[in-house]
Amino acid sequence: MLAQNGIPTAEDLARVRPTAERLARGPVAVAECFQNIPCDPCYHSCKRQAIKPFADINDRPQVDHDQCNGCGMCLMRCPGLAIFVIDHTYGETEALVKLPYEFLPLPNEGDVVDAVNRAGKVVGEARVEKVQSGAKLDGTSVVWLSVPKDLSMEVRHFKIREVR
Amino acid sequence: MKQTEICIVGGGPAGLTAALKAAALGAAVTLIDRNDYLGGQLIKQTHRFFGSKQQRASERGINIARELAAAVQNEERITVLTGATVLGYYKDGVITVEQNEQYLKIKPQKIIMATGGAEKSLAFPNNDLPGIYGAGAVQTLVNVYGVKPGNRVLMVGAGNIGVIVSYQLLQAGVEVAAIIEAAPAIGAYWVHASKVVRAGVPIYTGHTIKRAWGEKEVEGATIIRLDGKWQPVPGSEKDLDVDVICLSVGLSPLTELLWQAGCRMRFVPELGGHVPLRNELLETSVPGIYVAGDVSGIEEASAAMMEGALAGLNAAKALGYDAPDFAQQRDNIIKELAELRSGPVGEKIRNGLVKAGLA
Ligand SMILES: Cc1cc2nc3c(=O)[nH]c(=O)nc-3n(C[C@H](O)[C@H](O)[C@H](O)COP(=O)(O)OP(=O)(O)OC[C@H]3O[C@@H](n4cnc5c(N)ncnc54)[C@H](O)[C@@H]3O)c2cc1C
Ligand code: SF4
Ligand code: SF4
Repeated sequence: MLAQNGIPTAEDLARVRPTAERLARGPVAVAECFQNIPCDPCYHSCKRQAIKPFADINDRPQVDHDQCNGCGMCLMRCPGLAIFVIDHTYGETEALVKLPYEFLPLPNEGDVVDAVNRAGKVVGEARVEKVQSGAKLDGTSVVWLSVPKDLSMEVRHFKIREVR
Repeated sequence: MKQTEICIVGGGPAGLTAALKAAALGAAVTLIDRNDYLGGQLIKQTHRFFGSKQQRASERGINIARELAAAVQNEERITVLTGATVLGYYKDGVITVEQNEQYLKIKPQKIIMATGGAEKSLAFPNNDLPGIYGAGAVQTLVNVYGVKPGNRVLMVGAGNIGVIVSYQLLQAGVEVAAIIEAAPAIGAYWVHASKVVRAGVPIYTGHTIKRAWGEKEVEGATIIRLDGKWQPVPGSEKDLDVDVICLSVGLSPLTELLWQAGCRMRFVPELGGHVPLRNELLETSVPGIYVAGDVSGIEEASAAMMEGALAGLNAAKALGYDAPDFAQQRDNIIKELAELRSGPVGEKIRNGLVKAGLA
């Protein structure tokens, strides 16, 4: 449970998960932000009004997955690194997971890396498709990983493999 | 003796904003900090901040510090003394300062104390071994001086500071073996916790440190589970191979100067320890002495900046300075501050503030 070990439960995730039918239509944001904290940049960064207006700064983000086109603006602004963009139309068997990443060195495009879940465990492998970084992103890079479709709601981090 | 209209002790987010607001109204300000740089705790905060858009959410603390410090340096009504420690407050309202081994005396008309907080420690066998640090000290080593404290760390305390410093240690290439927390729940924002957990650091709630071991320096630590009544569970000990133990068990307000000045103080656990009683203008029981930021209750940088702004406005107003939109400026800050503290995570602060009011 989040409050005990920092890992969201299946029930937590069920509340923010896009439907299979929505996932099949293209990229979409998943906001894994489960606590009422005084924070609202995600809401202000969405130009499509896909995040429900915050009545109070302590509200939790509610993404209207039908309005959201997966542009990733909110992902880049979220200080909690809690928003991910999932794209199930990326390939026949593979989905794209875009995640915020703040470690150096950055991976190279084309690298095969260990795909890591929310508990920090390696659950498979992923390929780095793209790395977005630069001044505009202010130190938080966005890494695009391709993973088997059934891992798209599992993989939230990665480890660069040791080169020997 | 040097005269000034408003003397501000502490150049963290609270002191910097106080100086800017007071000077903007027209007051002459002297801002004093014992560090060689301005910015206080903010200078070490490389992570992005929460808060609202108006409060610069999503910006990194270090960038906010740089911006505020530059604005202060550019304001001709503000005199900045860095590397200058305020040593004492005397009955006649004189403040004494040590700078470059010189002893200075300053006589201000108003004082804003914005000295921040100090880290608490924890009692356990061998807690004096080299390799045991406060989390804030480790953050200074890593983020200000670029020095690794060791190779493998046990973090004690899963509040925001413990979790954020753990994350920054990982970023610096230091391994974090675990974060332990005596309370049954993580105190940090869960999004922070999730981001260290997925990076491979387990968080064990309901656990405390039993002892540190090592000959000349830390070589490891024994942790133990606590039951529902906070009692250690025999047989649940676990040994961790670590060379650094980092204590992040809270801050307490740095109030020595306020005690010296004879301000009425009260012990308010929700605010981190003894805090000065203050009225809605943030003025203490000693007329002319205002407080802002962590010294008046351990909170966070956004709140510190808003309190600083209020104290700056109020102190300048008390000297006769004014602005056409003064009331509006002040009301806006009061409203934003109330909003920031309105949620469930602000409950502790709200409860604390009720006890710290000056009737
Ligand atoms: C690891 C960590 C992470 C944090 N993360 C966040 C966050 O994400 N968001 C957030 O809003 N807040 C965060 N905070 C909290 C925030 O940094 C503090 O609440 C804030 O800095 C308090 O501001 P302040 O101006 O009251 O005190 P400080 O920043 O502590 O500044 C006090 C200043 O006073 C000076 N001083 C003290 N005594 C004297 C003296 N006698 N003479 C001269 N100078 C003196 C000190 O040198 C210091 O520069 C974090 C804090 C830590 C430690
Ligand atoms: S991904 Fe783009 S459209 Fe979707 S919620 Fe985020 S900012 Fe809005
Ligand atoms: S910006 Fe991120 S942490 Fe803040 S409310 Fe939105 S999702 Fe949560």
